[in-house]
Amino acid sequence: MAEITLVEAIRQAMDEELAHDENVFIIGEDVGVRGGVFRATVGLFDKYGGDRVIDSPLAELTIVGVGVGAALYGKRPICEIQFADFIYPAFNQIVSEAAKMYYRSNGEWSVPMVIRAPYGGGIGGGLYHSQSVEAFFTHVPGLKVVIPSNPYDAKGLLKSAVRDPNPVMFFEPKKGYRLIKGDVPDDEEYTVPIGPAKVARKGSDLSLFAYGMMHHYALKAAQMVADEGIDVEVIDLRTLYPVDRETILSSIRKTSKALIVHEDNLTGGYGAEIAATIAEWSFMDLDAPVKRLGGPDVPAVPFSHPMQEWFMVNTDKIADAIRELASF
Amino acid sequence: MPLSKELKKEMFWMMLLSRRLDERAWVLHRQGKIAFHISGIGQEAAQVGAVYALNKGKDWLVPYYRDLAMMIAMGMTPTEFVMSLMGKAAEPTSGARQMPSHFSLRQANIVSHSAPVATQSPHASGIGLGIKLDGKDEVVLTTVGEGSTSQGEWYEAVNFAAIHTLPVVFIVENNQYAISVPQEKQMAVSNAADKACGLGLDGFQVDGTKVFEVYEAVERAVEKARNGGGATVIEAKMYRLTPHSSDDDDRSYRTREEVEEHKKRDPILLAREQLIEEGLMTEEEYQEWEEKAKAEVDRAVDEATKAPYPKPEDAAFPVYAEVKHG
Repeated sequence: MAEITLVEAIRQAMDEELAHDENVFIIGEDVGVRGGVFRATVGLFDKYGGDRVIDSPLAELTIVGVGVGAALYGKRPICEIQFADFIYPAFNQIVSEAAKMYYRSNGEWSVPMVIRAPYGGGIGGGLYHSQSVEAFFTHVPGLKVVIPSNPYDAKGLLKSAVRDPNPVMFFEPKKGYRLIKGDVPDDEEYTVPIGPAKVARKGSDLSLFAYGMMHHYALKAAQMVADEGIDVEVIDLRTLYPVDRETILSSIRKTSKALIVHEDNLTGGYGAEIAATIAEWSFMDLDAPVKRLGGPDVPAVPFSHPMQEWFMVNTDKIADAIRELASF
Repeated sequence: MPLSKELKKEMFWMMLLSRRLDERAWVLHRQGKIAFHISGIGQEAAQVGAVYALNKGKDWLVPYYRDLAMMIAMGMTPTEFVMSLMGKAAEPTSGARQMPSHFSLRQANIVSHSAPVATQSPHASGIGLGIKLDGKDEVVLTTVGEGSTSQGEWYEAVNFAAIHTLPVVFIVENNQYAISVPQEKQMAVSNAADKACGLGLDGFQVDGTKVFEVYEAVERAVEKARNGGGATVIEAKMYRLTPHSSDDDDRSYRTREEVEEHKKRDPILLAREQLIEEGLMTEEEYQEWEEKAKAEVDRAVDEATKAPYPKPEDAAFPVYAEVKHG
């Protein structure tokens, strides 16, 4: 085992997949000589060359549209969108093309492609370097949506995503790129399957569902309230779509209370789907209304630090929500 | 490579068969037997001329929804097309999931496309990138209407292919209308092909009503692409002789006189005259072909009518390709 950062885990996954399958290539803005603005592809250009690590024009639709075509040809593109906030020019290609190709061709054509994008706020990025965009894509059958929270999962899930025959949206919590460190096996290859959620902390009083950076805050908040006698089960969703309904419901059957946390805006956010799932399938197990904690419904994360912190979900806000729900 | 007598006749046959099939689709719609048709009438010369420049089974085609004649020339059968018009289960483009004329034919390297225009253009560049990365000598041909050249997706696709010298031939089938909007409200340049110079590659125009001229122009671009010379934009100019689709009424935006004038340059008419003039086909032969085309279309309608619809529950699949473990 070696302790590495989240971004290093992502880099290692791509390095290994480039070595594992000659059809794999990376395309994105500044991914080549520069090694990516977050350094997620550092060293890969030198190791695999410009044909495998391709600097795209500054055009996100090109990155994804060309990726779709290359995938149709039989390649396995890893498309990097520099910030999730910039993904919208590619929305048509993702939603109309990549997601629907397999269905609309009755299984004749498939799009094995990964679209990586750093997402999330709390890094002084303002409106356009802070967004959480997952809810746009968890509404789209044909896509898979993955958000890892730690280096072990990030590496294993990204390797699975590259090998998956379907388009996979892989959103990386950029605040955690260097902040989050963890052990990753350095002597054996492994993958983490797309699909299953993970019970990261067992508990009996309430179930807390989160993903990405918020999962870490959730764990900290659970630790804070443990001293007050509240026993929180924390579940890292990891794959948002298709969702692991069984892990969610089995936790609710045990705890009877649900809190869902994400940093994306509350209304129409991914938490609504989890809340609806629990209400629909586990209503009789509940002892309290399902509670959601998300970003406020303002257009995006503001730049100035005080306003940013007002926007961001944090450990204290989660702990307050836990206390409120536990006392119901 | 100059076209042999046999190939010229074969190309005319493909145009004729497509035309009669396309006309029958309009009839079926007026009879209430199908719900929708989008036509390629008037564009057969450009379509057949273009795909005969390809190496079938090796090269790639990324078409758009008016390319019926291309599809017929590439091996889709009339029965398969009529099944798609009728939404029958065995139609090969989508198992009747897509509207008719949203083409795909896996075994012929013809890629599935959608309805938002020009979304297929970047796919052609991506396939071209795949070909280049694999060091193959295959070529991609892709089509759009002139209206689609207004889309950013088309510019971005051509730009990428130009940057990377990819083996892609971008055909613009300029039929002068995007539904009701004429070319002068679509672009300030006189020709869609002129846009190529701003993107750093060659752009040519060709008379899209003349099948053998289109063939020659596309053949040059295909061979250039195959030999590492990169992408080309070719604009084939013609006229959309029908309304946009079975739901459109073109009397609201163009005169009958204008349409009648263009019917004098109907590509079927022009090709027929040329073949007879060159002594490659007699009038009797042509009449036989008309009979043969009618019989083929009759048979296609008959077979497609008898073919089963999909089961309602077939609509649930296939959403995801299966993950293979290990």
